Amino acid sequence: MKFTLSWLKEHLDTNASVDEISKTLTRIGLEVEEVINPAAKLEGFVTAKVEECEMHPDSDHLHLLKVNTGKEMLQVVCGAPNVEQGTIGIFAPVGVIIPCYNEKLTVGKIRGVESFGMLCSEKELGIGEDHTGIISLPKDTEIGKPAAEILNIDPVFDISITPNRAECLGVRGVARDLAAAGIGTLKPLEIKKPKAEFPCPIAIRVEAKDVCPVYTGRYIKGVNNKAETPKWMKDRLAAIGLHSISPLVDVTNYINYDLARPLHVFDADKLKGDLVIRMATEDEKFVSLEGKEYALNTQSLGICDDEGVQCLGGVMGGLAKGCSDETVNVLLESAYFTPSCIAHTGRHFQIESDSRYRYERWVDPNSNVMGSDYATSMILDICGGSASEIVVCGEENYSAAPVYLRPERVKTLAGLDVSKEEIVKILTALGFVVSEENGKLKTVSPTWRGDIECEADLVEEVVRMYGLDNIPAISMPSDEFPKQTLNPAQRRMVTVKHELASRSMFETVTWSFTDSKLAKYFRTSEADAIKLINPIAAELDEMRPSILPNLLLGARANIVRGANSVSLFEVGPEFYGRKPKEQRLVATGIRYGMTAKKHWLGGERAYDVFDAKADAMAAIAAANGPYDSAQVTTDAPAYYHPGRSGTLRLGKNVLAYFGEIHPSVLKAFDIKGRAVAFEVYLDNIPLPRSAGGKSKKKLELSPFQSVDKDLAFVINKNVPAANVIAAAKNADKEHITDVRVFDVYEGTNLPEGKKSIALGLTFQPKEKTFTDAEIETLMKKVITEVGKKTDGVLRQ
Amino acid sequence: MENLQDLQNEILTAVASASDLKKLDEVRVAAMGKKGSITEKMKSLGSLPLEEKIAAGKELNLLKTAVEKAIEERKTYLETEELNRRLARESIDVTLPARPEIQGRIHPVSKIYEEVVAIFGQMGFEVAEGPDIEDQFHNFNALNMPADHPARQMQDTFYIPNPDSDNFDDSFVVRTHTSPVQIRTMENKKPPIRVIAPGRTYRSDYDATHTPMFHQVEGLVIDKTTTMAHLKGCLYDFVRAFFEIDDIKVRYRPSYFPFTEPSAEMDIGCRKNKDELKIGEGDDWLEILGCGMVHPKVLAAGGLDPDEYQGFAFGMGIDRLAMLKYGIPDLRTFFESDLRWLKHYGFVPLDESSMTGGLSNNGGLAR
Repeated sequence: MKFTLSWLKEHLDTNASVDEISKTLTRIGLEVEEVINPAAKLEGFVTAKVEECEMHPDSDHLHLLKVNTGKEMLQVVCGAPNVEQGTIGIFAPVGVIIPCYNEKLTVGKIRGVESFGMLCSEKELGIGEDHTGIISLPKDTEIGKPAAEILNIDPVFDISITPNRAECLGVRGVARDLAAAGIGTLKPLEIKKPKAEFPCPIAIRVEAKDVCPVYTGRYIKGVNNKAETPKWMKDRLAAIGLHSISPLVDVTNYINYDLARPLHVFDADKLKGDLVIRMATEDEKFVSLEGKEYALNTQSLGICDDEGVQCLGGVMGGLAKGCSDETVNVLLESAYFTPSCIAHTGRHFQIESDSRYRYERWVDPNSNVMGSDYATSMILDICGGSASEIVVCGEENYSAAPVYLRPERVKTLAGLDVSKEEIVKILTALGFVVSEENGKLKTVSPTWRGDIECEADLVEEVVRMYGLDNIPAISMPSDEFPKQTLNPAQRRMVTVKHELASRSMFETVTWSFTDSKLAKYFRTSEADAIKLINPIAAELDEMRPSILPNLLLGARANIVRGANSVSLFEVGPEFYGRKPKEQRLVATGIRYGMTAKKHWLGGERAYDVFDAKADAMAAIAAANGPYDSAQVTTDAPAYYHPGRSGTLRLGKNVLAYFGEIHPSVLKAFDIKGRAVAFEVYLDNIPLPRSAGGKSKKKLELSPFQSVDKDLAFVINKNVPAANVIAAAKNADKEHITDVRVFDVYEGTNLPEGKKSIALGLTFQPKEKTFTDAEIETLMKKVITEVGKKTDGVLRQ
Repeated sequence: MENLQDLQNEILTAVASASDLKKLDEVRVAAMGKKGSITEKMKSLGSLPLEEKIAAGKELNLLKTAVEKAIEERKTYLETEELNRRLARESIDVTLPARPEIQGRIHPVSKIYEEVVAIFGQMGFEVAEGPDIEDQFHNFNALNMPADHPARQMQDTFYIPNPDSDNFDDSFVVRTHTSPVQIRTMENKKPPIRVIAPGRTYRSDYDATHTPMFHQVEGLVIDKTTTMAHLKGCLYDFVRAFFEIDDIKVRYRPSYFPFTEPSAEMDIGCRKNKDELKIGEGDDWLEILGCGMVHPKVLAAGGLDPDEYQGFAFGMGIDRLAMLKYGIPDLRTFFESDLRWLKHYGFVPLDESSMTGGLSNNGGLAR
């Protein structure tokens, strides 16, 4: 919401400075976004007099001037047609910045003659639109005075208005709030009653009384819409960014911003028959001012004549019956439409307008006749003509329901000490009618306020006027020792992130959205896609079924930039349904490329599936999950390489997937080479039981030396190594404490379809050091058990 | 035994000229081995008369001791020599670089989460959560934003079709703020309530300061006595701790949110220069959060009696806090997975935040 200082002063009698007004606006909740004050840019500019004016020796339109700045006489070349000897204008000396060009003025040389400064137009000073010539001040203007003091400069305020303060969408509302805050006095609003010279020739009938409780119409005949809008009105409209269009449009725009009172003007000669305010029929057509056609519905309010809907009430005027330069007779509408009807229609058809903006927030329901009178007087003044009697359908009898305030609530809710008398004073200044009833304050809102519904609303009014800054700041009382802030699930999420970061991975955060064209690889069917109705971009049109597509896109972007080692992870939600809570928390990571760049010590290698497996197990462990007892199965989803991927699970419960990404998926992401990934489903990892205490298991240290032995087995290729390890471990659970794989071999020297797995075994005696015979027995047990479980035979 | 002195001189010369341990051992064997010159002399003692034997034995022992000593000294010398040669041989250029290691990073959003949790934890808050896909009741209606409320247009909402209904009003939304967690908390927990709810939020907007997804942290306190004075105290304590500036300048402006009444926004003092933003001093103001006393209608929607309970709520942007505290210029870069950005603006793995051990810079220098 913008307005100028002079416009504000139309309603507010004040001597307050721009700065003081600005600070007060923000303090009372009308936040100042910007004050555009052209005077602030005019430092150094002074009034100066043209003492001599000759033609430039080398030009037929340039003048050569001697300019008296009050301090010195300077030679200036000037191209303005209106300059002459004796002109007093605004002089820009060398060194100042010309606001219009935002450039520093230097000594110029124009057609061989030096120029030491310039005389400026309104536009050049940023104080107006006029650029036809230089500013010419009255002859008695003192010379050498600062320009900002002499010129009539009107600063523009730009404030943001919260949805509850609809009355401040008019300058008068802002003035009233400032007056209540002690910045001056609100001037009375003086509106002439226009003389009614004839009865209104158009009959007006309201059928939709529930959404249009009051409708007024007034016929004005013989207007001249080609007349000039007065300069003061044009200037104010221009200052807030509205172009002057025609007097009829300018007047309605002006009153919209002056009093937050929307109006509409029909070309009366185009209207056919009676004016009826009714709900539209299903699919009834309406063509807006902007030429756009809408198919209305029964919830749209139409202002209609015999030829259909001519105005979408309170939202947008129609093309067919609007005013033009040729308009002579008009019907002026000033009406009250209920906010919910306007909001619904505006939202449904996505029409934004100043009128909708105000109606859906709040328009004073009792301001229809006043608005009509105000506009009629202005139209008659500017365009001539004569006005009919006003037709008023419905009654302007709105009165807000009383709201009660216990004066002590200001203290008990807002923590602010304000006396009852002060409260009454504040509310009265804001236009409330306040009386006392059983120790409570009974308040009735002024009709321009539609936002006061409960006691807290009144407390807010007192607080914002008395000053939020006057509320003391009291630290949160702590009567008990704080509980743990993060619950175990939240805490382990943090731990998992730090674990993965410590494993040389970089945490990223990507959109919860993804590209459905890529997401399809990560869900089973199109029907599972959780598409947005209104995505911000085609490639962000689905709630991600997996974090992986986003990480792969991230990886590709880094690869394209030349990264040869990419390790990214994200801990965040994945979505498996459209309903709330159909999401799960996943720690997902990918690795691509080499572990390091080439190095003189060597050791760099490509990331492989066992990096992903190690990451997954580390993340599960970081989440207090059974990383070592989980089974590994080879049934990871189809976006993994079928022969190089696995699932870590507890029975049916999947803790994690890991593996190489399927080559055809990588191709879809335009990634060359291999990438490995893991997905750890944090929600599936059982939380530690809270019972059982924190005590660690007792440490059992054997005084007897353990023995390491190696055994290699030849088994069928398709037997998983895990089976061999498990068989070896189970051969003697008491004494075999560790089983490692130190070699895997396939190829020559082995029969077709066989592989060799070499195990490193640790035997730990419990009671006394092992004898050779005992060791031999243990090895035999392992050989027997492995043979039984896997058909493996000792490699000779 | 005239020639003993000669023999000693001869052996000692040989010891002194032995150039390595092997040669020294040859000298030792030549002198004291089974057939060594001294051994031979010892053997010949037996043929001498007793008196001569005693005298000659004494001299021979002296000779033997002298030779042994010389060999031992030479051995030590040669060993030292050899060690020195080995050390010289083994010398390498230690200015060569060590094996490369990659140090991972924690994303700034996670870091701010941990800092915010640490600070509010100190004030007795717990962390609450809610779903990213919400129903309109929790995201809007329960927060005093019925369908036609103008504030709904202020948040460009993403919608998701409801599989059970064709009516647009029943469609789900991707939550536009963390405020629905207020309602979910009230539904599940009886006062006193002190929670914060950090999480992802979504609005259809994209420029340097708006992204379609961003992060907020909601705060909610409900009991019977909490006032706006506590709200101010709580938030002041927070910004002071968070920005690690003891005398940070703040101001509060009346504002409007449908779900709080009275409502306010909090600004912190700052100085804006051309390329730099200095927090905590200067004459400019920077909006950092919205807050207010929970609206009676919201308490009722959460199942609490507004005549009995009251409290405050606030909401602020986690990404924005990260940008302000750590000087990150563009919000969009948070979500681009650019490793160069993550390495520069991310935090080292050991950098954990607490109020007892410090909020920031706890992980050592980034490598």
